[in-house]
Amino acid sequence: MDSVLRIIIQRLGLGALTLLVVSIVIFIAVNLLPGDFAQAILGQGATPEAIESIRRDLGLDQPYLSRYFNWLAGTLQGDLGTSFAQANFASFTGSQELTTVAAQIAPRFENTMFLAGVTAAIAVPVSLTLGILAALYRNSVFDRATNIFTLSSISSPEFFLAYILILFLAVLNPLLPSLSNIFEGMSLSERFIKTLLPALTLTLVVTAHMMRMTRAAIINLLASPYIEMARLKGLSPMRVIVVHALPNALAPIINVIALNLAYLITGVVVVEVVFVYPGIGQLFVDSVKIRDIPVVQACCLIFAGAYILLNLLADILSILSNPRLRHPK
Amino acid sequence: MTFDNAFGDLIAFFGGAGTFLLALGVIVFAGFLLRSVGQMLDHKGETFNEMPLIIASILAILLLAAVSLFWSAFFGGRATLRTIILVVAGIALAGWLFRYLGQMFTNNAPMFRDMPYGVAFGYALAAAAVIGGVWLYFQENALFFRWAVQGFILFGIGAFLFRLLGRHVGTTGSKKLFRAMPLTASFGIYIILIYAVLAVFAGVIAPHGQEEIFTKVNVLPGGDPALGGDPDFPLGTDQIGRDLLSRLIYGAQNTVGIAFATTCLAFFLGGSLGFLAATLGGWLDQFLSRAVDVLMAIPALIFALLLMTIASAWAGSQSWLLTIYMIVIIAVIDSTRVFRLARAVGVNIVVMDYIEAAKLRGEGLSYLIFREILPNATAPLLAEFGLRFCFVFLTIASLSFLGVGIQPPLADWGTMVRDLAQFINFAAFSPLTAALPLLAAGAIALLTVAVNFVVDWMLHKSSGLKE
Repeated sequence: MDSVLRIIIQRLGLGALTLLVVSIVIFIAVNLLPGDFAQAILGQGATPEAIESIRRDLGLDQPYLSRYFNWLAGTLQGDLGTSFAQANFASFTGSQELTTVAAQIAPRFENTMFLAGVTAAIAVPVSLTLGILAALYRNSVFDRATNIFTLSSISSPEFFLAYILILFLAVLNPLLPSLSNIFEGMSLSERFIKTLLPALTLTLVVTAHMMRMTRAAIINLLASPYIEMARLKGLSPMRVIVVHALPNALAPIINVIALNLAYLITGVVVVEVVFVYPGIGQLFVDSVKIRDIPVVQACCLIFAGAYILLNLLADILSILSNPRLRHPK
Repeated sequence: MTFDNAFGDLIAFFGGAGTFLLALGVIVFAGFLLRSVGQMLDHKGETFNEMPLIIASILAILLLAAVSLFWSAFFGGRATLRTIILVVAGIALAGWLFRYLGQMFTNNAPMFRDMPYGVAFGYALAAAAVIGGVWLYFQENALFFRWAVQGFILFGIGAFLFRLLGRHVGTTGSKKLFRAMPLTASFGIYIILIYAVLAVFAGVIAPHGQEEIFTKVNVLPGGDPALGGDPDFPLGTDQIGRDLLSRLIYGAQNTVGIAFATTCLAFFLGGSLGFLAATLGGWLDQFLSRAVDVLMAIPALIFALLLMTIASAWAGSQSWLLTIYMIVIIAVIDSTRVFRLARAVGVNIVVMDYIEAAKLRGEGLSYLIFREILPNATAPLLAEFGLRFCFVFLTIASLSFLGVGIQPPLADWGTMVRDLAQFINFAAFSPLTAALPLLAAGAIALLTVAVNFVVDWMLHKSSGLKE
């Protein structure tokens, strides 16, 4: 168990390092902006004095290096700064209270996690079952039909699937709401119903990938001697696959599930925009459009963090699921 | 926060946790009971004897869910749910009957004798799906379903005829290729050819220019003047009076053309750097690989959006400049994936003896890369090109859909979907209008599906996997 701990600590250290470098990349990218933030906040008709004072407030007169470390230190303490739009609004109304980026992101982050959770709860069991069935009845009509269906749904853009679902489930047969207006204090069941259509869209995208991987991972093992042995013992095909092949195929399956969960958190952008779902992806796109740099920066960092963390999790889980890696000689 | 509040939160939290723990206990107990009953009823079976408690608990949850669904369907008056349960039960019964009758009438032929119930159920389900599809096709109001089926059949026939043509016309090699081709792959090639023709000859095929603005705005599709259409504009016009059919056709040129250029650029960048890293090795390889690792740690679409924010500030009001920036940004992001593959393939080739021989002959770096490594890496790179193209195409379409991709005067499918999306709400009154955004989105989907089918076939063929 000692060596496993060491591997895990190594991977975590590597993940933290990657995140640090990613934060540098994001910082550099943002500072490539022509002009500076002060100009961006105040717009064209700003007086030089006003720009100067904003520059001082935001610390823009300091050198890049100290600005980067200030930003990093603030981020580590949960202080992500203030969004330009909010700062602009505050200076317009003259109010002193500012909504920080962290306060803006927190409820939306929770919504996105809820959406990802609902999707995962539907997609993971469905795709595992379908994958096992496709491996069991490989090369049959069922297998070919699922292959065509999943290939089509992987390669369609998310908004196409989303609008097809809206057309059939919301407009022609009004079963589910096509807009997900989530607000605070709504009951869980109501929230679930409103989340269902975006969740179904994401399920379609994600299931295909996971199912194909499950099928491929199981079929890869079917030529191994122990599978042949199990077959010669006279076990039923279902039992051969579920009891003998599946545990050995776990590593790639866990990997693809974790990757798809990472996709769920980062790839929700388009789906959230289609369904006007108040998640972090929509906030990101809105901020990109109005060039609200602090929000864009913070969202980018959160997405990258989630992505790195889930990839790390996949790595560690696949080590744990493989005895040969768990007990290296 | 006052003390009272905090205290209340604490009680609420532990109250919630307590309920949760209680529910968990009940479920685990139910699972335990289920397993015990199973073991008692089925002494010799391994299923229950070896079952871990967690699986038994999950089974218990499923059982509880099924019972509660039944209860609310038959005693709670949920009519839709009742219909669904009855239909599923009917299919299950039909599957059993099918197997039983098959066994009786064929005198226990091996096919029916050894058929597991799951397979019989599958046959019944498929039959029900086909019957349901045919029934739906002839319904009066299932217009979209009918269109989808008609399109599907039409394209299928087209692909079949195309394959037939390929089998009899052309060189011996191409004939042989077409003979071994599954229908999905020939469908893919057929669609790609159609798109290529549309993209190249868009100016000839389209009835109007993509930026041409007419005085008639918001003409409805269908071309019937009595219903607000116009025969000059079969698909109608948009809010500022541009012909939608022409824009749809020009979309092939712009969207596909830009995606193709981006993919080529990504391959040029990633491929040459990857091969260079593989051949030279050393610190260059280390540096490039670590840089790519970092770039790949940021999700592609998110990174593209971040960089597009900056690019839009750089480009100012010149929209063509933004399009160029977008091509470069997406090419750079995607070249990291190409780099990975090119390096991995290259490293395997570099250790071959013929590379050693070429080095001893004193060949230069460019000879090594272009004459020795590249020809041996074409198969995986070609398949990757197809997949990358799909990915780039979808990224560009998504960016345009979000409003930061290809900019307005150019006709583009992603932007069209975004602009026309609201019409989908009129599906019940004007199906043709509602079909417009789906047409643009479907154009994107059809091409990526087609490319994926071809790539799937190529990978299958080159891997030699037959089972």
